Amino acid sequence: MRRYHLDEVLGPVALVVVAALLGTLVSISTQTYFTDTLVKVSIVVALYVFIGNSGVLSFGHVSFVALGAWTAGVLTVPPSEKPAIMPNLAGFLQHRHVDNVESLVLAALVGGIAAFLVGIPLMRLSGLAAGIATFAVLEITHNLLQYQERIGPGLNAFSSVPETTGLRQATVGAVICVVVAFLYARSRFGRLLRATREDDAAARAVGASVYRQRLAAFTVSGFLAGLAGGLYVHLLPVQVNSVYLDLTFITLAMLVVGGATSLFGAVVGALAVSALDSWLSVAENGTSLFGWHIDLPAGSAEIVVGILMAAVLILRPSGLTGGRELRLRGVPWRAFVSRAQA
Amino acid sequence: MTVTWQNLADGLLLGSVYALMAVGIGLVFGVLRLVNFAYGQLVMAGAFALALASQWGWPAWAGIALCFAVVLALSAAMEWVVFRPLRGHSPAVMLVATFAVAFLLQSIALLWFGSLGKIATSLTFLGRFWTISGVDIRKIAIVAVVVAAVCLLLLQVLLTRTEIGLHMRAASMDFSTARMLGVRANRVISFAVLISGALAAVVAVMLTVQTPLVTPDFALRDTIVVLAGVVVGGLNRPIPATLGGFAIGFASGVLGGALPTDQSQYLPTFVFVAVILVLLVRPRGLFDFSRTVERV
Repeated sequence: MRRYHLDEVLGPVALVVVAALLGTLVSISTQTYFTDTLVKVSIVVALYVFIGNSGVLSFGHVSFVALGAWTAGVLTVPPSEKPAIMPNLAGFLQHRHVDNVESLVLAALVGGIAAFLVGIPLMRLSGLAAGIATFAVLEITHNLLQYQERIGPGLNAFSSVPETTGLRQATVGAVICVVVAFLYARSRFGRLLRATREDDAAARAVGASVYRQRLAAFTVSGFLAGLAGGLYVHLLPVQVNSVYLDLTFITLAMLVVGGATSLFGAVVGALAVSALDSWLSVAENGTSLFGWHIDLPAGSAEIVVGILMAAVLILRPSGLTGGRELRLRGVPWRAFVSRAQA
Repeated sequence: MTVTWQNLADGLLLGSVYALMAVGIGLVFGVLRLVNFAYGQLVMAGAFALALASQWGWPAWAGIALCFAVVLALSAAMEWVVFRPLRGHSPAVMLVATFAVAFLLQSIALLWFGSLGKIATSLTFLGRFWTISGVDIRKIAIVAVVVAAVCLLLLQVLLTRTEIGLHMRAASMDFSTARMLGVRANRVISFAVLISGALAAVVAVMLTVQTPLVTPDFALRDTIVVLAGVVVGGLNRPIPATLGGFAIGFASGVLGGALPTDQSQYLPTFVFVAVILVLLVRPRGLFDFSRTVERV
C-alpha cells in the first residue's frame, strides 16, 4: 500500500502561498521582489528534481531556463515589434504569435525535450565528469543564444515581451512545480532514483537502471526549468547573460543552503536566500531596520550570499533543513527543531 | 582556414598558461580530491596586485613580488578557512563550495575595484613583438613557453626527488594509507595548496601581459576552459591533467586566431562539444592510459 505524506507537499505549498500573500501587502515596486522570488522557487524546485533525487550535480539546468525564456519570449513579442529587437529572426518565427498560457506550455515542452535529448548521452556520466559535461551544456547554450540571431534577440534584451508574470502567475507556476516535483519524488521513478543515490550497487542489484532513472528525472526537471524560464521572460526583459553563470550560482546556492535532498529544503532555501538577497539589494539603496539606518555599498548582497553559502556548506553540508521533508507528526519534526537550534 | 606561425605562437602561449593552471588545479585535486573552481579568482587577485603595483609606480619586480605575496596569502587563507573544514566531504559538495568562494571573491573585487577594472602596465614591454625571419612573435609567447617548461621541470624534480614530493605522490594515490605510513596530512596539503598558489601567481603575471586590462571576471572564462581540459585529460594523474590543459589551450589559441570571425565566435561551442564527446568516449580522461579502476 502506498502512503502519501501530504504534509510533505502541503508544507512547501503553504510556504509559497504565504510568500505570495505577503507580496500582496507591499507596494507595487517591492512586489517585484516577491514575484522574482517565486520564479526562483520554480527554478530551484526544478534543480531539486534532478540534483536532489539523483545526487548528481548539474550546472546545466539554467540552459533549459534560457531555452524556455527564449521560446516564450520569441513567440509573445508582438509581430509588429519583432523587426525592431530581432531583425535577423528566421522567417517561420517572424509572424508566429501565441498567447501567454500557450507560450508557457511551449516553454516547458522545449525545456523538457531539450533536457531529454541532452540527457540521452550525458546521463551515462556521473561524478565530476557529469558536472563538467553539464557545465559544457551551459556554455554551449549561452554561446549559441548569444550569437544565433535567427532564433532570438542575440545580445539584446527581450524587451516588449508582455509582462504577464505578476504575483498570481508566479505563484501558480511555483505551486505547479512543487506539486509535480512531489508527485515525481513519490512515484516509483523517484523512489528508484533515490535508491541509486543512496547505494548505486545495491540499486542495480535489485534491477534499477541508473541511466533510465536519471534520464527520467533530467527530463522532468527540464520541463520545470523551461516553465520557469517562460515565467522569467514574462517578468522582466531577460538578456542572455541574465540566464548564465550568476543565475546558476544563485539557484545552486539556494538549493544547497536549503538542503538539496528534500523538496522542503529547495523551497526553504529559495525563499530564505531570496529574502536575504532582496533585503540586501534594498539596503544597498538605503533602508532602516528597527530604527537603524542602513546604507550598504552596491555589490554587498553578492558578498553576503557568497559567505552564507560557503558557511552553510562548511558548517552544515546537508543544508538548513538537513535535507529532510517536512513532517508535522512524529519524531522527525522534533529532530529538525533540535538540530536547527544546535 | 589558414594557420600561420603567428596562430601557432598564440596557441603555444595559451597552451602553456593553461598547462600551468591545469597543474595547479591537479595538484590540489591529487591530495584533497577537491576541484578548485576558485582557482581563477586567485589569478584575478594576483592580476589586481600587479595592476595596483603599476598604478603606484612600483618597479616590475616589486609588482611581481606583491602578486606572489597576495596569491600565496589568499591560497593559505582558502586552505585554512574553506578546504580544511570541507576535507572528506563528497566532491560535489566541495565543488559547490569552491563555486561559492569564487563568486564571493569576484564580488569582493567588484565592490573594491568596480566593473571597469584596472590596467597593469609595468610588464607591457613583454607584450611587444620580436621579428624572427619575417614572423612577428610576441615576446610573452616565448617567455610563457620557457617559464612553463621550467616550472613543470622543477615540479617534476620536486615530486620525484624530494621527500615532500614523495609524500604528495603517496597522498594522492591513497590518502589514508599514506597517513598510516607517517605522511603528515596537514603539511602535505598545505604544501600542495601553496605550490598551486605559486603557479596561480605565475599565471597571473603572464595573463596580465597578454590582457593588461584586469576586471573582476579576469581568468574566470580561462578557469572554466581549463577545468574542462583537466577533466578531459584525466584528473587523477598530473601529466594527463597537464596535457589536457595544454591541448585545450593550444586548440583555443590556434582556432581563435585562424578561424574567420563569423566562425570564431562559436569557438566555445566547438570546444565544449569536443569536451562532451571526449567525456562520453573516455570518461576517465583522454590521456589516462592506466588500467586501475576505482572499485565500489
